[in-house]
This record gives sequence, C-alpha cells and structure tokens, in this order.
Amino acid sequence: MTGTEHAPAAVSIAGVSKVFERGGTHALEGIDLDVEPGEFVSFIGPSGCGKSTLLRIVGDLIQPTAGSVLVGGKSAHQARLDRDYGMVFQEAVLYDWRTVAKNIALPLELLGWDRRRRQQRVQEMLDLVELTGFDRHHPWQLSGGMQMRVAIARALSFDPKLLLMDEPFGALDEMTRERLNLELLRIWDAAGSTVLFVTHSISEAVFLSTRVVVMSPRPGRVAGVVPIDLPRARTADTREEPRFFELVTEVRELLRGRAGLDEAGAVSEEVA
Amino acid sequence: MTGSLRRLREWGPALVVLALVLVGWQLAIEAFDIQRFLLPKPLDIADTFWSERGQLWSAGVYTFSEAVYGFLLGSGAAVAAALVLARWRRVGGALLPYFVAANAIPIIAFAPIANAWFGIEKGSKIAIAAVLCFFPVLVNTLRGLTSVRPASIELMRSYAASGIEIFRRVRIPTALPYLFSALRVASVLAMIGAIVGEYFGGSQQQLGIIIKNAAALFQFETAWAAIVVACILGIGFYLAVALVERAAMRRHPSEQ
Repeated sequence: MTGTEHAPAAVSIAGVSKVFERGGTHALEGIDLDVEPGEFVSFIGPSGCGKSTLLRIVGDLIQPTAGSVLVGGKSAHQARLDRDYGMVFQEAVLYDWRTVAKNIALPLELLGWDRRRRQQRVQEMLDLVELTGFDRHHPWQLSGGMQMRVAIARALSFDPKLLLMDEPFGALDEMTRERLNLELLRIWDAAGSTVLFVTHSISEAVFLSTRVVVMSPRPGRVAGVVPIDLPRARTADTREEPRFFELVTEVRELLRGRAGLDEAGAVSEEVA
Repeated sequence: MTGSLRRLREWGPALVVLALVLVGWQLAIEAFDIQRFLLPKPLDIADTFWSERGQLWSAGVYTFSEAVYGFLLGSGAAVAAALVLARWRRVGGALLPYFVAANAIPIIAFAPIANAWFGIEKGSKIAIAAVLCFFPVLVNTLRGLTSVRPASIELMRSYAASGIEIFRRVRIPTALPYLFSALRVASVLAMIGAIVGEYFGGSQQQLGIIIKNAAALFQFETAWAAIVVACILGIGFYLAVALVERAAMRRHPSEQ
C-alpha cells in the first residue's frame, strides 16, 4: 500500500483555518498536510488545539473558514457523498435498539446492500474484531472495549478509503487500550485503509502511527511532524524498545517546545 | 404449571390486599353504621353491578368508544405535529412554548363550551378526550425526537444519510420509549375526558350520565357500579397500550 508519486494524496489539507462564529474561537490556523494512501497519521496536542475540529473538517462535518481539503483528489464533500469515510468517535455511538449485527450493518443498509450480503459481511467483521458469536447481543450487554470494537467493525464494514478516529480509546482503561491498539494495527494491516487518528496519548500516537503530527495550542498549528521509523510489524514489545522511547521523547519535546510546560502537562503521558 | 404457580406468587400478595380491602370495607360500614350515600356496601354494589349489567356495559362501551376515538385523534395529531416541529426547528422554537403552556391549561374547563362547538352527542366528548391527549403526547414525543445525541447524527451524516433516513433510523427509534410512556398517560386522560365531558349532557346511555343521574336520585349503588365499569375499561385500555408497547419495542422498526 505505497502511494506512487502520481497517485493523488489520500488526504491533502491546504491552508485550513477555522474560526467558530459562535464565541469567535480561533480553533485552527493555516494547517497544511498531505497524507499518502495507507498511512496511519496521528494528531496530538493539548486540549482545545483543534485536532478534533480538523478531523471533522476532513470528514466534511464542519466547514473550514479558509483553505481546502481534498480526499483522494475529490472535495471532502464529494468524498462524504461517495461514502469514503469510516468514522469512530470517542464514544462508541451504538444504537441501543439494534443488535450488534444490526449496528455493524447500518452503513451497509444505507448503501443498499441486500440482506444476504450484509449478513455475510457482518460475520467477517465480527471475526475481524474478535466478537464472533456476539451478533445477537445488544450494545448495553457489552463492555466498553467490546462496544468500541463494534464501532470499529461498523466503520470498516463498507471498506471506506479513509478511517477517521477521534480519540476512540480515550474512555477506556489502559490495559484494554493497549490491547485494542494492537488489534487496530492488525485490522489496519488487513484492511489497508488510510487512518487519521486523534489522541491525547503520546505513547499511543507513537505506537500506532507511521507519522505523528504535533499541534500547538489554540489556534491550532502544526508544530512539527515526527516520522515513526519503527518496524511496521509492532508488538507489545515495541513499547520497550529504545527507539520507541526516543520517539516518545521527540514528540514530547515538540509539545513542550511549542506548547509551553503547562499545556504539555495537560497531555496524558502513559510512559512515566 | 410452574408458570402459573410463579404468576400466582407474583400476583398473590396484591390479590390478598384487594380481598382484605373489600372485606374491611364491608365490615367497616356495618360496624360504624356508615350512611349508604357516603359509601355503599361492596356486596350491594356487586349486586347492582350484576342486575344492571346490560345497561351499564352498553353505556360503558359507548363511553369507551368516545375515549378511544379521542385518544386516536389526539395522539395521532400530536405525533404528526411532533414530527413537523422536530423536522423544522424554527417552527418548533416558535410554537413549543405555547404548547408547553397549553399543557398546563385545565382543559376540562372547556367541557361545557365543547358541547356548543362539537355537538352534545359523541363529538364534544371525543374532542375533550383528544385535546387532553394531545399535549402530553406532543411534548413527550418531541422531547424524544430531539434528545438524540449529536454524535449519533454526526455518524449518520458521515454516511451521507439523508434527513429522512436520519429520522427513520435514529430520531424515531430514540423517540419510541418517550412516545409510549406518553400514550399510557393519554389512555387514562382519554377516559377521564370522555366521562367528565358526559357530565355536561348528552344521550342517556353513557357512563357519565348514569353516574350523575344515579347520584342525584340517591341510587348510589348504581353510581358506584358505573364507576367500577369505568375503572375496568380504563385499566383495560391502559393494559392494551402497554401490550402494544411491549410488542413494538420487541419488534423495533429497525429490528425486522
């Protein structure tokens, strides 16, 4: 999954700024970034730096005040209409009145897939996120980590070109989170999609990504981009390699350098 | 076998309480010599309930039909209005304060006037029952339709779902529990509206008229027997709505 020089970037963000009319909050200022197909790019920064806003602008849920976003060479709006996005939010956002299977099948229903094809796909997805046999359960019968896996299965069910994840593991305990990190990487390997991932955790960003984008406090700017040159196949041991710590330090220095000590302190650090 | 045993254990205590109350009632009247215009004996009421069953039940069915028509009309209009107000928020914002305020109006006060507007026969009673049902169903359904979490809507938008699809797959299922709790309340209100409406006149074969006339003629056993009929029908109505609710929630629109 490597993009050639000629293929359009998976995501191309050019000069994007955002000022919210209500309250006049200046959320983003002059964001430029190109993401190649198959990349896993994390956004990290202090609270309120606009990383979630940026993700929603890429997903065409919010309009930028200035600048433009191209997704696979198309406008973000066209990409949304073409159902190029799989979104995962901080909460799982499952519908309680639907079973796990029906939750995963929701985007497939909207795409007009017939029942047999939907059922087959749901089974594949349940296998992928290791929830085989839970299809008849309702969301409230699952743990937080399982709910999030259902949300990921739903986002992947229709093979979207771009996966947008807004702090999907933020509400989970650390052990669940690390396990889901590994699962997400396995799923990403299997699905081969491009991922934009917002997180508060430095170690999570370094562990998952091919590149980490460090953002400054409001108005959010790109403070620096750290390419993660760890081997692609990552395991639980990756977190103990010296190179992993060097990269974590590099990201933290960038956060500190631009953000100042106070704001950097607000960023949760799992590597203490 | 075990099923009926378990049911007996579930309902047994409640039935024992009922029996104790009735026996206590009967004995208290005899012991304290309570006047029959204050409280007739349960056995006398039961006697009248049986001997006048033909008239009582035909009046009951008449009144019940008014309540059901009023319920269907009022609730149907309320659901339609809620859908419109939830779809066009501007309209909703402009009208909702008045609906909430109207919800607090004692609509029963309009009962005598309703005779002039909708006719002294069934029309006025149906109208009162309908208006009584309308506001609670509207306010609750609207609250349900608009209490959807923003992330749920964002998710649907990310799938490029249309406004109608968001309504069908997210807003309406979210609103269903709100709607049904309002309908249960409305079923009770519809019976109240129909009977109170009848106190202000109409044909002779209605529960409200029977209660009013019997009380005026010191036939208290008959009045109480008519009230028992109203209670049985009202509880039946409530249970019917609850049954529909259970069926609908099991087979939720998106569940099929």
